[in-house]
Amino acid sequence: MLNYAVKRLGLAVAIVSVAMFLLFCMIYLVPGDPASVALGPRATDAMKEALRVKMGLDQPIWVQFWNFFSGAWTGDLGQEVLSGRPVLDVVLEQLPFTLALIAGGITWSVAIGIPLGCWAAINRGSFADRLVGILSVAVIAVPSFVIAIYALLIFSVSLRWLPAIGAGEPGHLGDQIVHLILPSLAVGLGWVGYIARMVRASMLEVLEASHIRTARAFGLPENMITYRYALTIAILPTITLLGVGIGQMLSSAVFAEIVFARPGVGKLVYDAILTRNFPVVTGAVLVTTVIFVLLNLVADLIVGALDPRVRSSF
Amino acid sequence: MTTLSVSGLNVWFSTEDGPLHALKDVTFDIPERRIVGIVGESGCGKSTLINAILGLLADNGEIRNGEILFEGQSDLTKLTRREMQDLRGPRISTVFQDPMGALNPVLSVGEQMINIQYRSGQSKAEKAARAIEMLKLVRIPDADSALNRYPHQFSGGMKQRIAIAMSLMMEPALLIADEPTTALDATLEVATIELLQDLQEQIGCSVMFISHHLGVIAELCQDVVVMYAGEVVERGTVRDVFHDPRHPYTRRLLECDPARQTERTRVLPTIPGEIPDLRHRPEGCVFAPRCLERHPGCDMAQSERMVAPGHAARCNLVDQSAAEGESA
Ligand SMILES: Nc1ncnc2c1ncn2[C@@H]1O[C@H](COP(=O)(O)OP(=O)(O)OP(=O)(O)O)[C@@H](O)[C@H]1O
Ligand SMILES: [Mg+2]
Repeated sequence: MLNYAVKRLGLAVAIVSVAMFLLFCMIYLVPGDPASVALGPRATDAMKEALRVKMGLDQPIWVQFWNFFSGAWTGDLGQEVLSGRPVLDVVLEQLPFTLALIAGGITWSVAIGIPLGCWAAINRGSFADRLVGILSVAVIAVPSFVIAIYALLIFSVSLRWLPAIGAGEPGHLGDQIVHLILPSLAVGLGWVGYIARMVRASMLEVLEASHIRTARAFGLPENMITYRYALTIAILPTITLLGVGIGQMLSSAVFAEIVFARPGVGKLVYDAILTRNFPVVTGAVLVTTVIFVLLNLVADLIVGALDPRVRSSF
Repeated sequence: MTTLSVSGLNVWFSTEDGPLHALKDVTFDIPERRIVGIVGESGCGKSTLINAILGLLADNGEIRNGEILFEGQSDLTKLTRREMQDLRGPRISTVFQDPMGALNPVLSVGEQMINIQYRSGQSKAEKAARAIEMLKLVRIPDADSALNRYPHQFSGGMKQRIAIAMSLMMEPALLIADEPTTALDATLEVATIELLQDLQEQIGCSVMFISHHLGVIAELCQDVVVMYAGEVVERGTVRDVFHDPRHPYTRRLLECDPARQTERTRVLPTIPGEIPDLRHRPEGCVFAPRCLERHPGCDMAQSERMVAPGHAARCNLVDQSAAEGESA
């Protein structure tokens, strides 16, 4: 177990490092001098030069990379260009909103996708099964921002059931949850489809296994066989899939935050790009990468906790 | 009393290439407290027979006619799903061929053994105690802690013993064992057979033991049913059938048994030819295409003939060869 955790942690560090390197290259390759971009067209050469020195842009490239790299690992992601606030603070301030959105998306996709997939597998070949199949493909195919816009138009604008914008009153949990319903649905709906398909496929496979035949030969109730004996196994690949899928949900979150004018990391990055606030862009992307890698790790640990075979190979 | 009495059982599967007649007029008895062996080549319908008895035929399978009388009263072919489910486990239990895959990999052995007692109405502690008792009986070392372990933590032989413990835990009237030892090596096979024999005596159940290993059948069983292409071609006591086989197929099967080879040969004799396609059964005897003793009478339908009390063979030649045997 310890061995496995160390290995996984090493891998996580490597992934984040590569992400840092790519980010650094990206900033370096973006046309235009960051200092002039930040200061605008009316800045004098002297002002630009001063900012360049302050931002370390006069140093050789490998020194710049090292500064960026070592800074990032110690939590120093630089300062926001105009206000001078530490980027990490700015990002962490927005992070809870995005995490709530992702959590909401996962809740939707798991709460609907798993029962749907199970149900389709048990009623294999029936009309219901085919309907689930078609709906799954449909929700997977529709981009999340389209879902977001339609959800907004239908449930907020026309029906007025749910609030259209914002994240709800700070400190008022109920209000915040109500504000979370539509955006998280937009983030998670496609995943309902993925999960339903995945659960259906792995349920069908598991239900063919000889231990399920044994369970039937002992006259166990069908419900126990489906949910305790089969689903416990069929769920495992789905959790791994979700771990990877969080990356995609993070990108859907950007659209959801823009459409619903919610605070969050996605909105932060979007605004930062528009105002060319590059340190915030890189900082936010880096934090997101770390979150992604961590959640992936969590997914693997959950699989380990549920599957004794994996657990003992740790 | 007979524990299980199968008569005139016919099972059909619908397949893409038409209906497949997998079991044809299968008839045999499993008397109380006896071990009955079922032998036959791969594909002769042994698993289909088990599934028909257990009510677990695949969705495309169907019992067309016939009767499976259990303990002289209930016809298993007529029970509802629910009634059948209630018999499986407590009254009729099964050990399957593949010990590696027979246990659920993500549930502890204890949970699985406790779950199958769900009808007993006992407390969880009592069920656990019963499980430990059974594990001790099949000689699983450290039985108490075995409950908390998972199937992959046991060897193949131990898993098969756990499966046996599970199937006998509720003291069924009938134990069905589908090649329970084929996946084990020779020494384990002997140990497992002895264990089964012991437990059968203790519990006093009947056993339907499927195997294609004639030596094991001779060792363990009192009666034997020889199957070919979904039909019972010969049945009787092990002594009668093995010493005085009346159906040409049984004779060929016995000749081909490696244990019976007196001379060391490089090539094991096998019966030439293959089981016919069960979608197109021959009009007459199913074994005729491979039979060395073929004659014109084989093109007619064969009926089962009693050759001695409790010894029957499905071959029209039986009377004749018996007559020849007497005159010779
Ligand atoms: N679900 C099914 N659909 C169609 N045909 C089937 C089905 N199950 C079994 N059969 C056919 O029925 C026949 C008997 O199969 P069965 O599995 O009972 O043989 P077996 O004696 O158990 O063989 P083995 O020793 O290999 O386990 C075979 O011809 C097989 O192809
Ligand atoms: Mg079989």
